[in-house]
Amino acid sequence: MGDTKVLEAVERYIRGEMNPDERLHFENLRKANGEIDELVVEHTLFMQQMNRFGEWKKFRSTLHDVHTDLAEQGKINSARLTGKAKVVYLWKRYKRVAAIAASIAGITTLTISALVWTITPQTAPGELEKLKGKINVIENTTKAQGQEINKVKNKISSSDNTIVYTTGGTGFIIDTKGYLVTNVHVVEGAHNIAVQNGRGEYTAKVVYMDAAKDIAILKIDDESFKPYVSIPYTISRSSGRLAEPIFTLGYPRNEVVYGQGYLSSKTGYKGDTLSCQLELTANQGNSGSPILNKKGEVIGILNGRQKNAEGFSFAIQGKHIYKVLEDLKKDQKKDTLYQRIKLNSRSTISGMEFQQQVEKVEDYVYMVKVN
Amino acid sequence: MKQAINEKELLQGLAVNDKKAVETIYKENYNMVQSLIINNNGSADDAKDIFQEAMIVLYEKVRSGSFELNCLIKTYVYSVSKRLWLKRLQQLNRYSPPIDDLESAVPVDEDMEDHEKRDAEFEMMNKAISSLGEPCKSLLEAYYLQKQNMQVIAANFGYTNADNAKNQKYKCLMRLKKIFFSHYKNENGNG
Repeated sequence: MGDTKVLEAVERYIRGEMNPDERLHFENLRKANGEIDELVVEHTLFMQQMNRFGEWKKFRSTLHDVHTDLAEQGKINSARLTGKAKVVYLWKRYKRVAAIAASIAGITTLTISALVWTITPQTAPGELEKLKGKINVIENTTKAQGQEINKVKNKISSSDNTIVYTTGGTGFIIDTKGYLVTNVHVVEGAHNIAVQNGRGEYTAKVVYMDAAKDIAILKIDDESFKPYVSIPYTISRSSGRLAEPIFTLGYPRNEVVYGQGYLSSKTGYKGDTLSCQLELTANQGNSGSPILNKKGEVIGILNGRQKNAEGFSFAIQGKHIYKVLEDLKKDQKKDTLYQRIKLNSRSTISGMEFQQQVEKVEDYVYMVKVN
Repeated sequence: MKQAINEKELLQGLAVNDKKAVETIYKENYNMVQSLIINNNGSADDAKDIFQEAMIVLYEKVRSGSFELNCLIKTYVYSVSKRLWLKRLQQLNRYSPPIDDLESAVPVDEDMEDHEKRDAEFEMMNKAISSLGEPCKSLLEAYYLQKQNMQVIAANFGYTNADNAKNQKYKCLMRLKKIFFSHYKNENGNG
C-alpha cells in the first residue's frame, strides 16, 4: 500500500502536478532518501518512453486512417482503388496469368451461382419489423407431446415440460447467476418463458422491462441451472465505432446462427439515437441477439430491421443495458438479490479471431421461447 | 521561398500529429513511393508499409526538434523509402535489379540508424505490454497512453473504487517495468 502511494507521488512530481509546497517537501525527501531519488530517475525514463511509445502508436493509427480516407476519396492510387497507371503496369506484368485466372474465375463463378441457385431454398418475402420468430410447434414438442396438445392448451400455466412455446427470440447472459438480456417485444405478454442452448433448457422469468428501450432482463429460474464461473465478454459503455466489424449469434431457427457485418450508422431507424444501424442480415428470432465487436464487447442488442429492406438491421446500443440495470436496482431497492447483479468488466476474448470468440460466446447465448 | 515556408509549416504540423498536415504530405508523396516500389518488384501493400514507415522516420526526425531537412520533403521521403525497400528486399532475398532513381536521393544513414533503434524499442514495449495480458494491458494503456484518470478507469473497469484500481495498476506496472528495464539494460549494456 505504501509503495503505491510513493509511486503516485513520484508520478505527480514528474508530471509537474504538485503545488510548490508539496514539491519542496518532495524534493527534500528525494535528497534525503536515495531510494526515492533512484525511483524518480528510473521512473522518469520509463514515463518518457511510455509517452513516446503512446505518440508513436497514435501516429501510426493516424497514418492508417489517412491512408484509408485518401484511398476512398481516390486521391492516392491504392490497392483497393486501382489507379490507371497501376492497372496498366499490372496488366503488362500479369497479362497471361490474368487471362487464365479470369477464365477460371468465370467458370467457377457460373458453376457456383448455378449450384447455389438450385440448392438455396426459396425464402418467404420478409416484411417484418420485429424479428421475433415463430417457433415451429412440431419441432419443439416431442412426438408424445403431439397427442397432448389439446390438454396442454387447457393447462397452459402449469410449468411441467409439456408447455408448447410458440414464439421466440434470443437472449444472452449478462451476469453469471443467470440474468439475461433480451428485447421487450420478445417476452411481452408471455405466460411462460424458457431459455435453451447447448447447455440445457431452463425456465426463466422476466424481472424487469423497459419498453421504451426495448430491453428486458430475464432471470433463469430453474433448479437445474448451474451458475457460470465467468463471462467472456463485456458490455460496452460507448456507442461503437463506425465501420467496426461486428458479429452476432442468435436463434432465428432451432440451431444457433452466426452473422457478421459492420456498424454502418451510429443512429437507428429514422435517426433514432437509442439504437444503431448494422450491415448485417438478420431474421425472425434474431431479436435480442448480442452484437459483439473484435474487442469482445457487446455494443448492441439486435432488435429489428426495416420492412422490405434486406441486409441491414437495427440494434439498441449496448450501453443502455447499464441504465436499465440501474433502474432495476432503484426499483427493487429492498431486494438484495438484484443489487448483486454485476456486469463483467473484463473481456477475455479481446482481439481474438471471430471464430474463436464465437466458440467462447456460444454457451452464453440462449434461444428465448415464449408462449 | 513560398514553398519553403509551406514545407516548414507542414513539418510543424506533422510533429504534433496534425491530421491535415499528415494528409497533405501523404497525398503529395504516396504515389511517387508506390511507383518506386511497384517498379522494383513490390506490391501495393509493400508500398503502403514502406511509405508509412518512411513517414514515421520523418515524424521522428521532426519530433527530435529539427524542422530543417536541408532538402524537400519529397526528396527525403523518397530517399528513406528507397533505403527501407532495399533493406526489405535483402531480407526477403528477393532478386532486385538496381533501383533507377526517379528522383534524386539524399543520404539518410544517420536517421535510419536512429529509426531502427527506436523502432526496436517500441516493438519491445509493444510486446511487453501485450505479454502482460488482461486486465493489465488495457489498464496501463488507459492510464499511460490514453491518460485517463484513475476515477474514470475504476468505473470503466468495474473496480469498486479508485484505490482498488490503483493497486491493480501498481502490480501491472511493476511487471511491465521489470520487463522494460531488463531489456533496456541489455540493450545499453551491449551497445
